[in-house]
Order: sequence, then C-alpha cells, then structure tokens
Amino acid sequence: MSVLVYVEQVDGKFKKSVFEAVSYAKAIADNQNTSLTAISIGNVAESDLKELGKYGASKVLNVATDQLKTFVNQAYAAVIAEAATKEGSNIVVLSNSFSGKGLSPRVAVKLKAGLVDGAVELPNFDGGFSVKKTAFSGKAFAVTSLTSANKVIALNPNAFGVKENPADAVIENFSPEVKATDLTAIVKEIVRATNKVSLPDAELVVSAGRGLKGPENWGMIEELADLLGAATACSKPVSDADWRPHSEHVGQTGIAISPNLYIAIGISGAIQHLAGVSSSKVIVVINKDPEAPFFKVADYGIVGDAFEVVPKIIAALKAHKG
Amino acid sequence: MLVFTTLIKYILMKILVCISNVPDTTTKITFTNDNTQFNTAGVQFIVNPYDEIALSRAIELCEGGKGTVTVINVGEVATEPTIRKALAIGADDAVRVNAAPRDAYFTAYQIAEYAKANDFDAILCGRESIDYNGSQVAAMIGEFLDIPSISIIKKLDFDGTTATIEREIEGGKEVVSVTGKFVASCAEGTAEAKIPNMRGIMSARTKPLTVLEAVAIEELGKVTKFETPAPRGAVKLIPAESAEDLISLLHSEAKVI
Repeated sequence: MSVLVYVEQVDGKFKKSVFEAVSYAKAIADNQNTSLTAISIGNVAESDLKELGKYGASKVLNVATDQLKTFVNQAYAAVIAEAATKEGSNIVVLSNSFSGKGLSPRVAVKLKAGLVDGAVELPNFDGGFSVKKTAFSGKAFAVTSLTSANKVIALNPNAFGVKENPADAVIENFSPEVKATDLTAIVKEIVRATNKVSLPDAELVVSAGRGLKGPENWGMIEELADLLGAATACSKPVSDADWRPHSEHVGQTGIAISPNLYIAIGISGAIQHLAGVSSSKVIVVINKDPEAPFFKVADYGIVGDAFEVVPKIIAALKAHKG
Repeated sequence: MLVFTTLIKYILMKILVCISNVPDTTTKITFTNDNTQFNTAGVQFIVNPYDEIALSRAIELCEGGKGTVTVINVGEVATEPTIRKALAIGADDAVRVNAAPRDAYFTAYQIAEYAKANDFDAILCGRESIDYNGSQVAAMIGEFLDIPSISIIKKLDFDGTTATIEREIEGGKEVVSVTGKFVASCAEGTAEAKIPNMRGIMSARTKPLTVLEAVAIEELGKVTKFETPAPRGAVKLIPAESAEDLISLLHSEAKVI
C-alpha cells in the first residue's frame, strides 16, 4: 500500500503545481504511515524524475510509452488506475489543472473512488476522511466526507505550497498495455505561449477592468506584470468586449485563482468577480471610485486614476529592482 | 419512402445537453441547519451559465434541420422552470431524472444510463456548475460510457461524425479531433449564450418534458459541512500622490514581492 500522486509533465518538465501535489500527497502518506509513489506519463528526463524525491516521493513509476506522449485523458486515466491497483494505493492525488480536471473524474469512476476536486487543505482524518474544497465559486467552502475505500483528491494550485521532504526516489519503468479504444481522441496541435506566466498557477496576478477604457491601454498592465513576473487577468466585461481573451477572465464564470498577490486595476468588484479572487492572499485595489465594493475586501487600496497611479508604481518597481 | 425516412434519421445528429439548476450568480451564499445546508430562501435559480453555453452551441450545430437537441437535468420537480428556460432557448425536448442530484457521481451515472438507452452522437455539459464547482460530470459520463471526454473546451465543430475541439490548457490551447461519440464540457468561447425570444418562451410550454425515475448507485461520499471565507482585515489606504509606497509595503510588510 502507498499513496499515489500523478505528476503532470508539460513539454517534459514538471511545474511548481506538481511539486505542490507531491508535497501534499507526502503529508497524507505520512499520516497513513505509508510511502509515496509518483506516476509520470510521457517523456521526462531521469534527473527530473529523481527531483520528485526532494518532496517525498520514494518511488517513481515512469510510463514512457510512445503512444502516451501526448495527453489523452481516457488512456491516462486507465494507466493511473492500473498503477493504483498495482501499488495497492487507495488514495490518489492529482493537481486540479485543466488536464487534471478531465482526468480525476475518470480515475475516480475506474476505482469506484469518492472524488474531491478543488481541495484546499489536507484531509481531516479525525473519525473519517473529509476534505475541504472550494464551492460556490469561492464564496464558500464545502467539507466533503469520503466514505469509499478508494479516494481521489485533486488539489487546487497555490493551496498547499511546496514543502521539501527529501527521499531517495527509485525510478521504475512501467509499461501497461494501452487499449486502442482509449486513444481515439487525437491531439492535432498544441499552441502554448511559453514566455507568459500561466494564470491558474501564477503566484502574482495583475488584473484590469473597464476602468482602463480600451484594449489599447493594456500596455502599462503588461509592463507591470512583466516587471513582477506576474500573469495578466481581466474582468468579465473586458473579455466580453473582446478587449482581452476569455482565458484571462477571472471571476465566478471565468476561472477562480488564489495567488499570493492580486492587483486589481479599474475593477469595481462585483460579487461575481470577487468570488473568483477572494482567496488571494494579498489583494491590492486601484480605483478612482472610493465607493467601489472591491475596497471592502482589499488589503491595500489606492483611490486614484489608474493612468496616473500605475506609472508611478512601475517607476517604483523599476527602482526597487535596481 | 421508408428508405428515405431511415436515411433522414441516419444523418440527423442527436445532441444531449446536461443542465444544472444553480443559484443566480448574484446570490449571497448563506447556510442553515448548523452550516450543513445551502439556504435557498429567496434565491433565484437559473440554468448554470456554462451549461447555457453548451446548449447554445448544440442549438447552433443543429440549426437548419441538421439535428435535434435534448436537455437532461437530474433534479426534483422544483427544477422544471429551469428546464423550461432551456426549452425556451431552443432545445427540442427535455428529460428530468426525478431525484435530488446527490453528487457528480450520482448525476453522471443517471445521465450515462439515459444516454446508453438513447443513441446520442454527442453529449455536452458546462465546464463546471457554479455551485459545487465540480468539473466532474462530463468526464464521469465519458468513463461510464467508455467514450472520449474532452474537458474545458473553447471551440467545437461537429458534423455528426467527427468533432474538432479546442481545449484550454495552461498558457494556451490544444486542438483535439474525435471521431465517434464523445462528451465535452464547454467553457466561454464555445458559443455566445442565447437569450430566449417570445416565440421560444411560448413554444417551451408545449415541448415534451419526460420524467424518469433515478437508477440506484452506491454513495461514495457527501458534503457534511459548509464554511464561509474568514473576513479580511480593514483596507490600508495609500494616498494616490504616494502610490509608489505600494511597492515597499508589498516587499517589506506583505512580503509577497
């Protein structure tokens, strides 16, 4: 028996959210007095697989089958479920990433496991097994008690943090048979902007709204984000007006994020927007309307015109960075 | 004549759209019974906004007599106004599985059972419901039916046999091609949500709504308690004239940069 964590690779590399999932799974394994096994699918260099040991994985199953180079959730789910059975793992942990969201439900059905997706804390083991997750788009949390023998948890990015817990990771090749019928969805093309910080994983986010007046004014938002190493985001009216892509829309009907820092510029803070960002650790609001509801949930606020305030902040940041 | 109707039936596509009955996005969320139940008092319920996007795309794909759209909801009788709204938007008929939607596993199983008995070319869902925020139902249906599922899609073209789908990934998109039956969960971009017109609202009253009883399936877990986020401390205001102070505060006080 062991806890199993799926480590999602992107272009052969692991991202921070993977180390976070490994750290989280290790904490569960410690509680259950068992070890942690990671499963990687795709082509990852041995040195990168070894690095998973740093966060507590003592074994890494390496599935480097050619057929599984690109992500197909149906086939990946079958492989993960088979690994769980082989390892006797009754707890499987994944990142609640875009791919993870398409994967964890299939793994759960295969293993007849209760599933908590969007987990924000370690399970509570007192007299059972319950996990806290986001609900009502960040307006609340739901504590879900899992009563099934097998359990699957998909962890939200930035919810637990990366924790080092060194173990020597033994790498074992694992070549399960893949059914052709599990590979009927064919990936034709992957388009990824590699120079940009991805929004769901970002630790720092600079976001702007209608107060910016038009898409031509986003230059200073992007400059501020670049200087901080932050991702850019926007409010719903902005993506609805096609000033910015839908993938940047945060809020109740966009994506929910929980970065360490969220800077909202020219966003009034409608309840739907707040729902998606309220679990950010530090919130800065810049708005010329002192009555903007966003100030009620902000840690730092500046009442002023974005076109005067943002350049000052950019200058200060440049000075700070030297 | 018989050959002709069979042929017509063969080329018409059938799309099933799963809709969830959720609190309106402006709802202030509160709980009752020692935080174990969502307080529905005074709450307006709507078609889950992402499901509306899925429904709108399904209607577009079937426009001009190319196919039919069935909506399915797992819910008690109180969800019927939401189902009628989906019919008003343009679905051809509706099915309600008469049960409280216990969780995604239960809901997905009911839909999969219905889909098994009724031959659909595609099943569309919203990317997640805005209440429990599970993005589980679509992929679970795919697993129950052993067909591909593509989660969080931004674009869908489908001719009844082959679908070309754009799926969101961190920092970009992936283009996937599927031949044969599939399930997809739709996000913004897939379609503009359609608004029902008067003719749609009138005709929705008489469109068929079939009520089915639920199929039993084991329970794997349940929500035992809700919590609301801890209130935040008071805002620290920085005068606009000295906006540059923000950087040193974020560095030395908040320690986030």
